Amino acid sequence: MLDIRRPLGRLGHNVIDGVWRAGTMARFLWLVLASSGTSFSRFRLVMREVYFSGVLSLIIIIVSGLFVGMVLGLQGYETLQKYGATESIGVLVALSLVRELGPVVAALLFASRAGSAITAEIGLMKTTEQLTAMDMMAVSPMARVIAPRFWAGIISMPILSLLFSAMGVFGGYIVGVVMIGVDNGAFWSQMQAAVDFRYDVVRGIVKSFVFGIAVTIIATFEGYDAPPTAEGVSGATTRTVVTSALMILALDLVLTAFMLRSED
Amino acid sequence: MALSFRAIFRVTDTSLVEVESVSFAYARRPILKGVSMRVPRGKVVAIMGASGSGKTTLLRIIGGQLAPSSGIVRFDGEKVHGLDADALYRMRRRMSMLFQFGALFTDMTVYENVAFPLREHTGLPESMIRDLVLMKLEAVGMRGATRLKPAELSGGMARRVALARAVVLDPTLVMYDEPFAGLDPIALAVIGRLIRTLNDALGSTSIIVTHDVVESMNLVDYLYFISNGVIVGEGTPDEIRRSELPYVKQFVHGETDGPVAFHYPAPAYAKDVGLAGGARA
Repeated sequence: MLDIRRPLGRLGHNVIDGVWRAGTMARFLWLVLASSGTSFSRFRLVMREVYFSGVLSLIIIIVSGLFVGMVLGLQGYETLQKYGATESIGVLVALSLVRELGPVVAALLFASRAGSAITAEIGLMKTTEQLTAMDMMAVSPMARVIAPRFWAGIISMPILSLLFSAMGVFGGYIVGVVMIGVDNGAFWSQMQAAVDFRYDVVRGIVKSFVFGIAVTIIATFEGYDAPPTAEGVSGATTRTVVTSALMILALDLVLTAFMLRSED
Repeated sequence: MALSFRAIFRVTDTSLVEVESVSFAYARRPILKGVSMRVPRGKVVAIMGASGSGKTTLLRIIGGQLAPSSGIVRFDGEKVHGLDADALYRMRRRMSMLFQFGALFTDMTVYENVAFPLREHTGLPESMIRDLVLMKLEAVGMRGATRLKPAELSGGMARRVALARAVVLDPTLVMYDEPFAGLDPIALAVIGRLIRTLNDALGSTSIIVTHDVVESMNLVDYLYFISNGVIVGEGTPDEIRRSELPYVKQFVHGETDGPVAFHYPAPAYAKDVGLAGGARA
């Protein structure tokens, strides 16, 4: 007879472990917020981290945005051509990017590029006792190391998302107008008429702001919580990317549902 | 032994650190079992023992990084544990720790590492910070390395820079966690000399956690031996050299068998290799 006690036990253990980690992460978020005074009184600490997580992510965001916009232009033209509505290609590209693809793909890229780097850096600082040394010098690692990275992520994420969308629209323009020959005026005017700043752009910014909180809190927590070994830091870096990706997609569903419901 | 300690240091009113009946356990595994010790002001005291004996744990309890499950630790007459975060940080400004591999901040230069505590805790102008940093780096012989990053330093040099950082605020107590580990004989002698010189020049007090017998005997004023979480011997270097206590004797003379067994606990050897009824070889 199949003994189900062992798999059930494992499942129970995993559930308890997951709830425990979620609780610890919530407490960690509270500690980060409570330790954020230094980040605002010495804002250069935050700006330094904006450079490392935001500015250094620009290349991947710009190039990816351009390619995603170009692919959207190609695919959109193919479909719209069947209905004789190729002038609406600008609308299709812009709405897809501003509402969904911009915030989501930029956040996924941010998690892979900056999130993993934040986790690895904090994890290695822990492994080499730099965080303990700081604590022994009566300098809070939470205020000096974690909080500036957290706020830098929150500041960078919406800006990167907007840049991604802007580059995507430009990519759609290159494919639709320059390469295929869709009317330039129709491309921009239809886009301008269809995209609403408050309902589309602002909501996209709100999404990327929430994704920024999720990615940076996961990245900083995983680094801070990493076992102080090479394997521990490597596992934490992987967990940051996987957990952030799942969290971004789940949050996107929840936020989109709330936003559409509030329109009714 | 306790009598000789009191006779030498008159501990009752000059102890900077007092550890009373401290016990500590990780989960259910006991690490320290009722440890008591005193560290007199101005002296260099070593805590010695084999790897895993609990000496680094004891150092971390003294520094307030770990809380004991029972017992009291006092620093300068004040209880270390039970303080709120602000009070603990105020206390830590008067103590510092040198970590086993230096724990220098890898994204900063040597200069920035040593300047870090000054910038965080004092409102001194940058010109004064520069003078203080250069003064401490000169004391450890690393003034010429101000622009180097920690990755460009050897193990011994990194520890000298970390030592300069540890004493830059002139702390009352400096704790050293395995300061001699992994150093060549020259670097080891340099670090040993610096610990003694800086302790005497700054008027501070030092606790060294180490298992380096030779260097410690030449350097410290008093030694505690810890094994399996209890103090098994103590005394001045001369007393320790003459000690007939089995653990101290084995440790000081590097004997391979004794109270610390050569074999890790295991079932009978003959049984393990399939010879029924055989006794352990």
